[in-house]
Amino acid sequence: MSSTVKLTVLYFAALREQAGKEQEEIVLDAPLDAAALYALLAERHAFTLPQSRLRAAINHNFCPWNTALADQDIVAFIPPIAGG
Amino acid sequence: MFDITEQAIDAAQLRQSLLDNEQCGAFTSFEGWVRRQNDGQRVDYLVYSTYEELARKQGEAVIAAAKQQFAIEDAVCVHRYGRLEVGDMAVWVGVTAGHRDAAFAACRFIIDTVKAEVPIWKQEFYSDGQAAEWLANPEGLPQE
Repeated sequence: MSSTVKLTVLYFAALREQAGKEQEEIVLDAPLDAAALYALLAERHAFTLPQSRLRAAINHNFCPWNTALADQDIVAFIPPIAGG
Repeated sequence: MFDITEQAIDAAQLRQSLLDNEQCGAFTSFEGWVRRQNDGQRVDYLVYSTYEELARKQGEAVIAAAKQQFAIEDAVCVHRYGRLEVGDMAVWVGVTAGHRDAAFAACRFIIDTVKAEVPIWKQEFYSDGQAAEWLANPEGLPQE
């Protein structure tokens, strides 16, 4: 039994510029972890930031890159922080 | 209390909000301002942006950690976002405590940790028309 995973991906800062949008809906045929989703989207949008410079967040909390994504998750990739 | 706002930061009002506590013998504050020169380039203005839900959560966690780790009475941090001109205040930190050691240490801890853990981004625009740059705090990169 296959189940699709529907995600909302939020983009910020340099990733928002390169994606040309603030967010998008992604539907996956099979579950992925956050790292695999970034790899897929980096190719689609030609993101220049490597995963090593980013942090992942799910549902407004930082999470490890190997966290499996679940249906309805809100995913964000956090570019290098520059507050202060 | 942690807050992010598009409005100009009113440091006098924030300071006032921390007074009126007879347990406190010390107050320290830190202000971060937009400066003209950065990395040898003449800055025209900055645009800060944020991920509001995560920034508020992370910012509140920094304040809670400071209250747990240091003998302080209260702590406040406010970070501004949007377009800021040279000389504008980008961030304000204020701490009250019984004694100065804890007040200084907690103030330092808060600004350092905010710069590492709160998702706020800064794009710098230059006077000479050179392409704007996204900056990165060394302490804000992933620890792996």
